[in-house]
Amino acid sequence: MNTGPGVGTFHAMKAVFTRDLKVAFRQRQDLLNPLLFFVIVVTLFPLGVSPEVSFLQEAGAGILWVAALLSVLLSLDHLFRHDFDDGTLEQLVLQPQPLFLLVLAKTLAHWVLTGLPLVLLTPVLGVMVHLNGNSIAVLCLTLLIGTPVLSLIGSIGAALTLGLRSAGVLLSLLIIPLYIPVLIFGTGSVAAATDGASVSAYLALMAAFLALAVTLAPFAAAAALKISLSNG
Amino acid sequence: MHRPGYGALMSEPLLQAVDLQCERDDRLLFRNLSFSILPGTITRVEGPNGSGKTTLLRILAGLNDAWSGELSWRGRPMQGQREDFLHNMLYLGHRPGIKSLLTPVENLHALMAGRQPVAEGVLRQALKGTGLAGFEDVPCRNLSAGQQRRVALARLLIANEPLWLLDEVFTAIDASGVAAIEALLQQRAAEGGAVVVTTHHNLQLPDLQSIVLGERAAL
Repeated sequence: MNTGPGVGTFHAMKAVFTRDLKVAFRQRQDLLNPLLFFVIVVTLFPLGVSPEVSFLQEAGAGILWVAALLSVLLSLDHLFRHDFDDGTLEQLVLQPQPLFLLVLAKTLAHWVLTGLPLVLLTPVLGVMVHLNGNSIAVLCLTLLIGTPVLSLIGSIGAALTLGLRSAGVLLSLLIIPLYIPVLIFGTGSVAAATDGASVSAYLALMAAFLALAVTLAPFAAAAALKISLSNG
Repeated sequence: MHRPGYGALMSEPLLQAVDLQCERDDRLLFRNLSFSILPGTITRVEGPNGSGKTTLLRILAGLNDAWSGELSWRGRPMQGQREDFLHNMLYLGHRPGIKSLLTPVENLHALMAGRQPVAEGVLRQALKGTGLAGFEDVPCRNLSAGQQRRVALARLLIANEPLWLLDEVFTAIDASGVAAIEALLQQRAAEGGAVVVTTHHNLQLPDLQSIVLGERAAL
């Protein structure tokens, strides 16, 4: 009989998190893809639209936010796909710990691998689009709060579209509407900072999005995973 | 598995199915399927391709919800016993659950991490036991299909769950490997564990129970 408490939930979450990081670092080109996409999109705007300082100061924060959003969206399909294909997802679902916490650990790993590098790159790209120091700081802060929300909401879509052969388009259609509020308040806060207004209301709202996403998204994603596996 | 209290449970079925029915893609796979899995037994799920062997095993493991009937775990309905069931059940699917970028030791460590604390020495010993000595630290994508499956099978040498659900474990395994697994299963049953296995391989085991699916193939 093996009815003992087994492994603690936190230990199991840590194991899921470290395994995902380990796998990602063995496949570095996949890690670079979203980052490269982010840099390319932001660099193409001054070339394609206008290199004027006035335009870039006006549109810079929006360009960076949209590029970050799309680059997270691009990486979402990989969140569960490989695990689904090689059978590790089945084993994850059959672990005795609550599935939503294991999914949260996986999503956190996804954010560390995609969202966090975007935040770290932002100061450099911010200077490139002529944002002033204060705006760059606020932009980094909103991305720091906002990109985990993108990963968390995205995990629901990735889990739902797992069993489908061409998930990409459907995933975007499902997820983009949910991303729009985050985008609006993210860019809104930078606009407020540029105008010299207070940004605390914007940041509080974004933090509320994050709190909501952390508490609800893992449940939804875990339920969606079970449905996808049941059909698979 | 001679731990205190185990003997008293020997006669009580671990897993019991009553009137199990499953439809898949508008096709009836099986119905009125009833059976009990007792401790100390090996049960083979038989049937031609597409008769629902894998589906049945996934239903038992709780991976598939598209069924009706009753399933109970240690005499209680499965719904309320999910956590206890997951603590005490080991499922190996026909996708082995091995990450090709990780080494066998890392894979095994990740798989065991959610179940029971295991020292690395034990993991290496188990990998040696499945004939992977010398391959412990080679990325799994450099291993053959049979070797990758052996990595997953190494869990059987460490696992202490009373119920094993094994789906097509003999795929890509060589003759001596098959014999070793058969011996392992037999030893497991002697210790009081229960094993449910799907395979097309002709198992050389005494006291083998069968669940036969897909008898309507006579049409």
